[in-house]
Parts: sequence; C-alpha cells; structure tokens
Amino acid sequence: MIRLEDVRKVFHQGRPDELVAVDGVSLDISDKQVTVLRGPSGSGKTSVLALVGCMARPTSGRIHVGDREVTSLPEHFLTEVRRRTFGFVFQEFHLVRGLTALENVMLPAYPLGGSRKQLLSRAQALLERFGVGGRARERADWLSGGESQRVAIARALVNDPMVVVADEPTAHLDSKLSASFMGVVDALRSEGRTVLIASHDPIVHESEVVDRVVTLRDGRIVDEAL
Amino acid sequence: MRRLRTPPWLERQRYLLDFTLSSLGRRRGRNLALLALYALVVFMLASVLMFTQALRGEALRILEGAPDVVVQRMVAGRHDLIPGDRVEQLSRVRGVQEARGRLWGYYYDTYTQANFTFLVPDRFWGKPGEVVIGEGVARARFAQPGDPFPMQAADGSVEILEVRETIAASSALVSSDLVLLSEADFRHLFSVPRDLYTDIALTVPNGKEVPMVAAKIRGQMPDTRPITHAEIARTYEAILDWRSGLAVLVLASAVLSFGIVAWDKASGLSADERREIGILKAIGWDTTEVLAVKAWEGAVISLSAFLVGLLLAYAHVFVARAPLLAPVLKGWSVLYPDFRLTPTGSPFLVATLFLLTVVPYTVATVVPAWRAATADPDAVMRS
Amino acid sequence: MILHPSVLALVGSALLGGGLLVYSSWWAARVLLRWDLSSGSELQVALERRTYLVSTILAYVLLFELASLFLFVFTADSMAPLFTGAMCAAGSLRASPYGYPALMLQTAGFAMASLWLVVNRADSLGYDYPLIRYKYGFLLVLTPVLLLEMGLRVAFFLDLKPDVITSCCGSLFGARGRGLGSDLAGIPPKVAAVAFVALLAGVILAGLHFWATGRGGWAVGVLALVLLPTGLGAVVAWLSPYVYELPTHHCPFCLLQREYDWVGYPFYGALLGGSLSGVGVGVLMPFRSIPSLAGPLPAYQRRLAAFSVWLLVALGVLVAVILARSQLRL
Repeated sequence: MIRLEDVRKVFHQGRPDELVAVDGVSLDISDKQVTVLRGPSGSGKTSVLALVGCMARPTSGRIHVGDREVTSLPEHFLTEVRRRTFGFVFQEFHLVRGLTALENVMLPAYPLGGSRKQLLSRAQALLERFGVGGRARERADWLSGGESQRVAIARALVNDPMVVVADEPTAHLDSKLSASFMGVVDALRSEGRTVLIASHDPIVHESEVVDRVVTLRDGRIVDEAL
Repeated sequence: MRRLRTPPWLERQRYLLDFTLSSLGRRRGRNLALLALYALVVFMLASVLMFTQALRGEALRILEGAPDVVVQRMVAGRHDLIPGDRVEQLSRVRGVQEARGRLWGYYYDTYTQANFTFLVPDRFWGKPGEVVIGEGVARARFAQPGDPFPMQAADGSVEILEVRETIAASSALVSSDLVLLSEADFRHLFSVPRDLYTDIALTVPNGKEVPMVAAKIRGQMPDTRPITHAEIARTYEAILDWRSGLAVLVLASAVLSFGIVAWDKASGLSADERREIGILKAIGWDTTEVLAVKAWEGAVISLSAFLVGLLLAYAHVFVARAPLLAPVLKGWSVLYPDFRLTPTGSPFLVATLFLLTVVPYTVATVVPAWRAATADPDAVMRS
Repeated sequence: MILHPSVLALVGSALLGGGLLVYSSWWAARVLLRWDLSSGSELQVALERRTYLVSTILAYVLLFELASLFLFVFTADSMAPLFTGAMCAAGSLRASPYGYPALMLQTAGFAMASLWLVVNRADSLGYDYPLIRYKYGFLLVLTPVLLLEMGLRVAFFLDLKPDVITSCCGSLFGARGRGLGSDLAGIPPKVAAVAFVALLAGVILAGLHFWATGRGGWAVGVLALVLLPTGLGAVVAWLSPYVYELPTHHCPFCLLQREYDWVGYPFYGALLGGSLSGVGVGVLMPFRSIPSLAGPLPAYQRRLAAFSVWLLVALGVLVAVILARSQLRL
C-alpha cells in the first residue's frame, strides 16, 4: 500500500511566483485496486502522481511505499524503489524518438543489468501482448497515436512493476481506443497489480473497472467515492 | 558446465555504453563536427611531439659518434685555429686515450648561395683532387659522381675537384651539407698552414673522467675551450625542448578555443537532447546513470579523436615528412635535408598528449554534463 | 623555465585541476552549512544535486593526478640530460628544492584523494547520506593539500634552470651520501627484505581473513598503511639492485625506464593500489555502527579487501619474478 501523510508540494518557495501544487493531501492507495484521481487541470493530480511514483520529493509531509518511508531518501535509493515498483505511462507517451519501439520498451531495464537475450524476448512478448509486436523494429516517431500508447504501456511493464501509474492516458484516444485501454487496466488488475490513473475523462472515472475515485481541487481532496 | 556470468555492474555499463553509442549516432552531425575539431587539436599537438621526439632520437644517435671532448682555441672570445703541437700535449693528459687534430670549416658557395661544411674525415678514402658530397650539396649543384666540382680558393684561384660519390641519404640529417676531401686539398683551399688545425678531438674512454679532463685542459691551456659531449647533448636537448615547447605554447590557444567549443556544445543541449534525458529519468534512470552516459560520451569522443589525431600525426610526420612543421623546428636553410625520420612513439608521448587534450576537454564538459544529468524528472511529467 | 611540452601539460593540468577543486570546495562548504536531509526544500534538493558534481569532479581529479604522477616522474627522467650530474629522475628532482617535496606531496595527495573516493562510495550505500559531513570535512582538508601539491609542481618547473649542477642517483641513493635517500640505501638488505615480505604476507593474510569472516578490518588498515612506506623503502634498500643487477645501484626511479622493461610501473601500481584499498578497509571501520550502513558497508569493505589481496598477491609474484630472473646474487 502507498500512503501519503499530509503531503505538500510547493514550487518556487519564497519567491513571487510561488505555487502550491499539493496542499495537505493524505491518501492511502490500496493494493491490487484501480484508483482514479479526478479533477480539472491545475488541481494537482499530476503532482500527486509524481509524488506517489517517487518522482518528486514533498516539501513537507511523509510518503510510505509498502512499509518503507521514502520521503527523504537520496535520489539513488528513491530511483531504485521507483524502477522496481512503478511503471509509468505519460500523457504525451514520451518515447525516445530515434529508437525503435523495441528499444524503447527495453530502456527502463538497462540500469538493472541482466541478460540481454532475456530482456529482448521479454520486451518482444510485451509488445505482442498489446498487439504491436509487428511494429517492434519501427522507429518510435513513425508509430500512430494508438500504437505509441501501447508501446508506452509495454515499456511501463518491462520491469514487472507492482504499480502502474498513468497520467491522462485517454487524452489522445478516441472512445473505442479508450474503452480498450480500460480493458487493459482490468487485465492488469487481475494480474494483481495496483493501478493509479489521473484523468478527467468520464470514460475513465465512470468505468466499472475502477474501484475508487478521488476528486482533487486546488491541491486538496474534496471527495472520495468508491 | 556452468556458464560464466558477467558481473552486474559490467552488464550495466555495457547497456549504458550501448545507449551512448546509439545516442551519439542519433546526433551524428554535431558530434562529428566536435570530433573533427578535437582530432585536429590532437593532430597538431601530436605532430609537434612526435617530430621533436624523432629529431631528438636522431640527434642523440648521431651524437654517439661525436668525440668525447673537442678542444677549441679562443682568441678575443672567438674561435681560432689551434697549433698542431697541442695535440701531443693533450694526448698526455691523464684520462685521454687519443688526441687528433681535426680540419673542418664553412664555405659560402656563390653559385648556389648556400653554406657548405667542409670536413677532412679521419681516413679519407678518396684520392687528392676528389670530393665526397652530401645529398643536399649534390642537389644544389646538380652534381653527380664524375662531375666537376669547382670552388673558389682563399687565394682567389678556382679549384676544380671531381665528385667521387655522394653520401648515403640515410644520414642526410647531418651530412646533407657536407663536403669531404683530403687534407692537402683542404689546406690549399682555405689557406690553412700545415701546423694548424681547426680543433682537436679527444677520446676519453671513461665517461666519468670527462669533467676532470676538461678542467685540467682549462688549467693547462687557458686560451682554449674544451667542449664535452654531454654539453653538446644538453644544448641540443634544450633547443629542441625550447622549440617544441614554444610550438605547444602557440597551440595552447587552439586548445583553449577547442575547450570553449566543447563547453558550448555541452551546455547548449538541443531541446531534443534535454527531452531525452528527461524521459530517461522519468522511466527510472537515476542521475548516476545519466552521468555515466555522459562520461561514456566523453570517453568515446575523446578516444576516437585521440586515435584519429594520432594516426594522422604519425602519417604526417613519418610518411609525409612533416611538411607543416619542419620549418619551425629545423630552422631555415637552403639545404633542407630530404630525410626520413625513424618512427618513434612512447607512453610518455601519449601521456603528455592526454594531459594536453583530454584534460581540457573533460574540464570544459564536466559542469554542463552534470547540469544536463541532474534534470528533474518531474518536469517531464508536466510537459 | 624549461619549455618542454610535458612541463606545459603538467602545469596546465595542475591549473585546471586546481580550479575545479576550488569550485567543488566552495560547494562542499555550502553543503556543510546548509544540509538538512529531512527538509524537502528546493535548497536541499539543489544541494543533493551538487553532491553529484563534487563526486564527479573528484573522480576526474584523481584520474588526472594519477596520470600526472607518472608523467611527472617520466618528465623529470627525460629532462635529466639537461642537468649536469643527473642521469635519471633522481637528479632532476634534486635540481630544485621543490622537486622532492612536490613528488612526495603528489603521492600523498593521490592517496588521500583515493581514500576520499572510498568514503564517498561508502556514503552512497546508506539511505541517509550518513557520511556526508565527514566526507565534506575531509574534502576541505584534502583540497589545500592538493592545491599545495599543484603549486609545488608549478614552482618546481618554474624554478628549474638547465645547467644546474645536481647529483645523480648514485650519490643520492648511494651508501656514502647524506640524506634520506642514502639512509634508506644503507638499511641492510636482509632487514628490508624481511620487513617487506612479512608485511606483505601480513596484509594478504589479514585481508583474506577479513574477506572470509568480516573481522579484523583494523588490522588490514594498519598493516596496509605501514606496507606502503615499507615497500617504497624496500625498493631502495633491497629490491632495486636486483633489477639493475648491480649491488650499488639503489635508485627508485631508474626502474621506470625502458632498459628495465618499465618494471617500476606495475610494481608501484600494485603497491599503491593494494595498500590504498587495504587502508580504505580500515578507514571505513568506524562507520560500521551507523544504522544505515550496517548492512551494505561490510560487503563493500570485503570487496575492497579482495581487491587489495589480488593486487598484493600480484605484487608478490612480480617480486619473485624479479628475484628469480636477476643475475645478481647477494
């Protein structure tokens, strides 16, 4: 379980353009469940995702991943936790342009060492699972929007993470593809993974796959619904 | 049979190196430009160093045949001819095995406006009336064996001697401007009386006794100047060092501008590069790994530039005979010897080159590389 | 000043390296003053980022120091013909009062810098930067030492004038002279040999013991610390005549020349590397009780001990080969 205790995230602290992105959020994210963070842009969803996913340090408050407190871990340790526990799917996919789809999927595993052959077959298998196996050797910039997203999902899963985090995953997708995305989420949950999604898309937060919806506004939680 | 497993840290470095190579390839243009500049700097410095080292080697090798001590007579601070009876006197100095009078001098040739060095060797193998000339002299006078060799004697008359042979080109570095002849011809040509020599060469078998011998000679013959082998070697060294050091100093400005270019390139990451690093950090690479990629980049570029620069310098100096450098290091002369240097190289040279090039490059790029590597992954998420 | 390209290279890299060090010390001071791990403020994050820069700079500086150390001796060696009486680096270094101090300080600086990197690595093993204050305190001490060394290096070359009369290694390291070199050469070879071999065996055994059981780290450190100067002394007093096959030739620098197959390089390399990693084991001992290091630190120390043992065994083999191949029988 991931727990946030009274977490605040402030940018440009003490300066005229000071911005309080997250203002005292306490949240428990249960294992093996699909949780959705909902709210308009600027509500702090992305910041909360970043904090949960060990990508940013809170200005104050505490964060626990499992039974380990990660609040003030040095970057090296934080990243260790992150790459073994989390897989990210970004809103803009963020695939490395000059590399092939297959290479993109393999990237998060590079720092962990390990047999190259095994990594290659694992990555290929993931691409095939999401129906883009045939595009493995294509350069990432030549993929369509839907294909890119599926490659991004495959990449998120390459280190077999316990938690999958997705930021506005359906922003660039039509309804059909959005629905199929929720199907993927369902499959991930039945594999025993925890899924955390930030989205203001109704297709997402009204889906029956979702176990819990947390509404954010101005950096605070205003509502929690199951 | 158990398969050998590569240690995890080694595997990691392989992956990172892999990524570095593909990353460099993706920005081929910019990296090739930097590489070319880097290689150029290495080339220039390596040429200077290799050339000097080869010259030094040649000079010292030739110097081995030089006499242990040369005694010259000084009159009013200038070198004058030395009487023949000193030869016997010197041979009696303790430590001196043999003393021998030498005859040599300079001849300004009006036809070619060049200076020749005339020398009577220990045993001249030609007949009186014959000369043996160096290849520079042969070229200047268009003289072949069998050709006449006219010279103007000190008394005004014109002497015509015959060219017997030319000295092999392999010793061109010292023999290029030489003319060897018999004692009789020399004395006639330069009007040097029978009992005078240019200087006296001494053989002192025990090297440790040379300073003592020199001191004794200075005491016995206060109007002479003994020049030891070591002094000649030292002078050669000093001049070569000085000239090559000067060349390197001049090139220092090239190294400086290279450093600035490297720094500029490293700081001015394209938006694409910045994005890439952001993505890497977002998907789970930490700063150490990105720094490692940057370090590998530097290493790959440095190594390639180093190798290319070294090879080109080697070809430049030892194959093409250093057309760009020679005037600076050899001094201006009409009789430029056409010779080939023996290839040399040493860890010393490589280490010096390393400190002169890789260090400035690394220093210039360390801060920009760090700045790039410590980008905030958070920033990527919100872009 | 002698305008030799290597001199320019050494002076140039001294200046550049010194500049980087001063820059990193400035940040080290800031870290010491403002460090607060529990704060998530932007200053703290920026400081943490800076620590990467400092580590990277120190790693590069160490690499340059190593290259400079060897090049320094090499250069001194090749400049020997310029000085009356010098036949190898021993004489060139003597030609200026800065020579030997510069060399000794360079070696000390190199040793300290490598120990700093060992402590730095240990620090990164703990999840709460446990050694950060020691590390940066140490850096603020190390920097002036390295700066002094670089200054001496530059001063040495500026001070050198060709034609200075100096001594050759025969008199500097000969039994009849005065001064440290002759004192060392005067030590009876058997004493030096026994001391060296005993210490070498001691460090290897202590290292193996530590590697196997995790105990006795202090012994490894102390023995290794004594091994370094003993090894250097043993070269002068005992080993070098075997390399030169001449009972009166005790110079520690001529070993580095081509005539002797450059045997000095692997010897000094193994001696330095082996002893310094052993000392590293000892240096880390006081930190074992820190909670965040209790787990990973012993493992790191064992790796260091293993590294040290490997190098020292290689050293022992090298010495045995030298003795076996030598025509000299004392």
